[in-house]
Amino acid sequence: MPRISRVCLAGAVTALALTATSCTGSSTSGATDDAGKPSTITFWHPWSAPTEVKAIEANVAAFEKAHPNIKVKVVGNVDADKVNQALRAGGSNAPDVVASPETSNVGKFCSSGVFADLDPFLKKSKIDTAKTFPKPMLDYTQFEGTRCALPLLGDAYGLYYNKTAFEKAGITSPPKTLSEFKADAIKLTKTKGDSYSQLGWMPNFHGYEVTVPHLAAQWSPTYFDASGKSNVAKDPAFKELLTWQSDMVKALGGYKKLEKYRSTFGDEWSAQNPLHTGQIAMNIDGEWRGGMMEDAGVDFEWGVAPFPVPDDQADTYGKGFLTGTVIGLASTSGKQNAAWELVKYMTTDTDAVVSFANAINNIPSTFEALKSPKLEDDQAMQAFVKIAENPDSNTTPAAINGSAYQDTLQNFAYDYESGKEKGLDAGLEKTAEQIDTDIAQAK
Amino acid sequence: MTILHGHSAALRSKRRREGMRTLAFLSPWLIGFSVFFVYPLVSTVYFSLMKYDGFRPPTWNGLTNWTYVFTQYPFFWAAMRNTLWLVVIMVACRVVFGLGIGLLITKIKTGAGLFRTAFYLPYLAPPVAATLAFAFLLNPGTGPVNQVLGDLGLPQPGWFNDPSWSKPALTLLALWGIGDLMVIFMAALLDVPKEQYEAAELDGAGPWKRFRYVTLPNISPIVMFAVVTGVIQTMQYYTQPLIAGKTASGVIGAGAGQIYEPGYPGKSTLTLPQLVYNLGFQRFDTGSACVVALVLFALSMAFTALLMRRRGGLITVED
Repeated sequence: MPRISRVCLAGAVTALALTATSCTGSSTSGATDDAGKPSTITFWHPWSAPTEVKAIEANVAAFEKAHPNIKVKVVGNVDADKVNQALRAGGSNAPDVVASPETSNVGKFCSSGVFADLDPFLKKSKIDTAKTFPKPMLDYTQFEGTRCALPLLGDAYGLYYNKTAFEKAGITSPPKTLSEFKADAIKLTKTKGDSYSQLGWMPNFHGYEVTVPHLAAQWSPTYFDASGKSNVAKDPAFKELLTWQSDMVKALGGYKKLEKYRSTFGDEWSAQNPLHTGQIAMNIDGEWRGGMMEDAGVDFEWGVAPFPVPDDQADTYGKGFLTGTVIGLASTSGKQNAAWELVKYMTTDTDAVVSFANAINNIPSTFEALKSPKLEDDQAMQAFVKIAENPDSNTTPAAINGSAYQDTLQNFAYDYESGKEKGLDAGLEKTAEQIDTDIAQAK
Repeated sequence: MTILHGHSAALRSKRRREGMRTLAFLSPWLIGFSVFFVYPLVSTVYFSLMKYDGFRPPTWNGLTNWTYVFTQYPFFWAAMRNTLWLVVIMVACRVVFGLGIGLLITKIKTGAGLFRTAFYLPYLAPPVAATLAFAFLLNPGTGPVNQVLGDLGLPQPGWFNDPSWSKPALTLLALWGIGDLMVIFMAALLDVPKEQYEAAELDGAGPWKRFRYVTLPNISPIVMFAVVTGVIQTMQYYTQPLIAGKTASGVIGAGAGQIYEPGYPGKSTLTLPQLVYNLGFQRFDTGSACVVALVLFALSMAFTALLMRRRGGLITVED
């Protein structure tokens, strides 16, 4: 082969490989302005469904009416990667205000300074965050004392249950403790051949919203100690959770049998969700599921309750996992004062928060809005509102490397439930070490 | 003497003009090569030695990112093993199957057009749609493939839900979309001189010997091309294993922030390009993402160099 052909081929190979995998980047800057002067700000948000877009546009129109000097250019359906790229690059087309459903990115947004510190703005507007927002929502919108975001509506997790199946099984009320939950799940399970015609609950961690963070909230865990080191091996909550989950897997048929049954489930976000089809009788899920069940026209009665708590914490029944959408100011924005007016309006104006929550079936993110009489009072939404108001409800803290610590813990849980990992204590120790290593690498 | 000197100066000037003209003709490639190859390569090496989260300015980090990826990042070696498995097994299967289909279709007397279309069409299916369709067909609980296997009394694999079957299932998906290689092999096979087959037949060569001593030497540069491009494509294999893993683990339509198991089941569908995304865009660790990118580059180069050395190049030079 002629030498030049080899060289050309090697060049082509290299170019192909590197075009797909190259890495480049740049840095950022900040700015200030006069909020009383006419200006146009750009607002990026993640919502895309017509009802959601309509709701946000209505909110923005109300804001513009109240602030005639500020015009808002709204850009919807923006995903996390685009947000990161724009925050990194800045420039005239970059957003001034960003709403993002990725709460796990708050650690990076705060520590890197791409989201502006909101404390000076909050002080200027005399907003006491502790009296305005539920604590878990304040937790996931700050990182190591820097508040760079505020909650813009929230999501709460609770127990959905099939009332018709409960009635048939002779169960009169939703379970409040985990031992009651286990007994009900077994009662509701009907086997069919080597599978099931109805499963009480899918305990496997691939069962949609059945994840470590969502379930661990019932133990009120502490993910990191005061020095910022992983606490998963020290806080008994995690060991108790995994022991309980493992016991549920055994009680309901074993990992392999359950996993095969799980593969028959339809997509979580479709009408074929196993709760809709009656394949499972109970599940942990967020407030949006109620609307989806209504839309799917399920042929049974259903109810919502807080997810059960460990027996030794029965007095904390009513709590649950909270998360939500965050909103912040881009530090590259030259119109931060005008942009703050929009953030303040969307996050603290009770009517704005309530109307937006009603329109998109989310949980309001301020105490005032949670108590508002204008809030839709259907049974499911009220149950989630109570979970959001519960002082023992909790969330996962922000970390510098996003959701990596949750992923590491969840990956250990996958290995433990499948039997790939045998030792729980040793596994949790190893998981904690890995979390600390990953965080050290990111710092 | 003056005439000679003037002639030599004119010659130099002519050579310079020719040199400039050559450079001008080469400049589009040179610019492209510099922008799309040299700059990314140098940047990738530079960032692999820096701490860079994509937001703050990069700072010197020495070999820390390299140490982290090779000794502490829990997904690296699993992804490396999977990538190598796919490079060796999937590429080999695709080349053999593509050649086999090409041979079959060139031999068919009637209905060749129909078969050509039938084998080529799947290649046009978007990777996400094709993978979702395969995840449906191979679903261990409800998929028609396992129902047929069960009816025949044969074992029913877990396919994308079983770590030992997930990569063979991906290989099946790759074989289904064999249309690209089939067309290339067909063109090569139709180009083999008929006289050589006639001469071999006169010498008493049977079908296998005709294939071994006539067909294969004639199409070997194309086989080589298929292997090299197959290796490069497999090094960049991202969409199909990601979608297959996410679908089988039940999080394909996942909402923001939803946790999923990378490389489900049991890390068996994790590939190196997925790590580049995980590190660079989910963990904000651009430096470590660049390390994985460079490993991919080195592997691509090593495989290509190995194949070229053994084969002696893509083009057979006739003396």
